[in-house]
Amino acid sequence: MHELGVVFHIADSLAKIAEENHVARISRVTLQLGEVSTVVPEYLTDVWNWNCKRTPLLTGCVLEIERIPAVTHCGACGQDYPTVPQGKRCPRCGSEDTWLIQGNEFIIKEIAVPDG
Amino acid sequence: MDRYRIIEVKQSVFADNDAEAASLRAELRAQGTCLINLMSSPGSGKTTTLLRLLPLLQRTLRVGVMEADIDSDVDADTVSRTGAKVIQLHTGGMCHLDAAMTREGLRQLGAQGLDLVILENVGNLVCPAEFDTGAHLDLMILSVPEGHDKPLKYPLIFQRCSAMIVNKTDVLPYFDFDLDKVTQFARQRNPGIQIFPISAKTGEGVEALAAWICAQIDKEKEKKETRL
Repeated sequence: MHELGVVFHIADSLAKIAEENHVARISRVTLQLGEVSTVVPEYLTDVWNWNCKRTPLLTGCVLEIERIPAVTHCGACGQDYPTVPQGKRCPRCGSEDTWLIQGNEFIIKEIAVPDG
Repeated sequence: MDRYRIIEVKQSVFADNDAEAASLRAELRAQGTCLINLMSSPGSGKTTTLLRLLPLLQRTLRVGVMEADIDSDVDADTVSRTGAKVIQLHTGGMCHLDAAMTREGLRQLGAQGLDLVILENVGNLVCPAEFDTGAHLDLMILSVPEGHDKPLKYPLIFQRCSAMIVNKTDVLPYFDFDLDKVTQFARQRNPGIQIFPISAKTGEGVEALAAWICAQIDKEKEKKETRL
C-alpha cells in the first residue's frame, strides 16, 4: 500500500515535469532506488503498470529501476562496509557510531520522451 | 524504430512533499498553531492516550484533533467527547498522510485560532515515517505488547520522532518487555529521543508527557517571536 502513495507522488511530479518541458507522452521513466529504501521494486512495478493504464501521459510507459547498494560509514575507524549483511555495528571495530552514506535514495533520474 | 529524447530529472520522489511540508510548517508557525504528528502501529493506544492527554492540554491550550484512518469515524466520535475540535480524515486506502492531505485536513478543521493541532496518523510504523506532514513535532507510541525490539526493526520512525511514548505500562508484569532495552535500542537510533513510559488506562505518566508537550509548544512560539 505504501507503493500506491509513492506511485501517485511520482505521477504528480512527472505531470509537472511534462508540463515544464511541453511533453504529451512519456515512454520510459528511470528511478534510482536504494537498497534500504522502504519500497519493494516488484510491488512498485505492479502499481506503476496499473496507474499507467489510467493516465494518458503515461500510457505504456516503462518503469526502469536502478538499484543503489547500501553502504554504511564507521565514524570510529573510518571504514565503509555493506549495510545489509552487517547492520549498525561496524564489522571491523565493533563501534555503533556509524551512519548510512548511500542506499536510501529514491530519485527520478530521467525520463525518455518520443522525439519529434 | 521510434526515436527518443532523454530529459534528465534527478529529483527525489519526496521532493515535492518535502517542499509542501516546509511551507505548511512555516504558515502554521506564522499563525501560531503548533502541529503534532502522532504515529504508532494499530492498537498501540493512540486514541486512548489522546483521551487522557487532551484534558491536561486543554487547561492552557485550544486544541484540535485530526483523526486519519483508511475508513470509519469511530476514533473521531470518541475524541469529540473531550470537547476538542475534531475531524476524521479518510485516506482512501493510503497507508499514510502527506503534506497536501494534512493541509486539506487543517482547512476542513478550521485550524485558525487553535494553539495546537494533533494529527493522529494512520496506524503503521513504516509509511508515515517516510512522509513529512509539515508537523513541528513528531511523536510516536510503542506499546508494551509490541515488544522492545521495534526500534531495531523499524529504525526510521524512531530516528524521526522527538519522543517515544511507551504505553500500556500497566501490563508490564505480563510481558517480556524490557524498558531499559527499549531505551537503549531507541537511543542507538536517535540519541536525543525523549522517552515517556505511560499507562493511558490508569493515567500514570501522562502528566509528565503533557508538561513536556506544553514546553515544546512554548519553544515553538519562541521561534515564531524571534522570527518576527
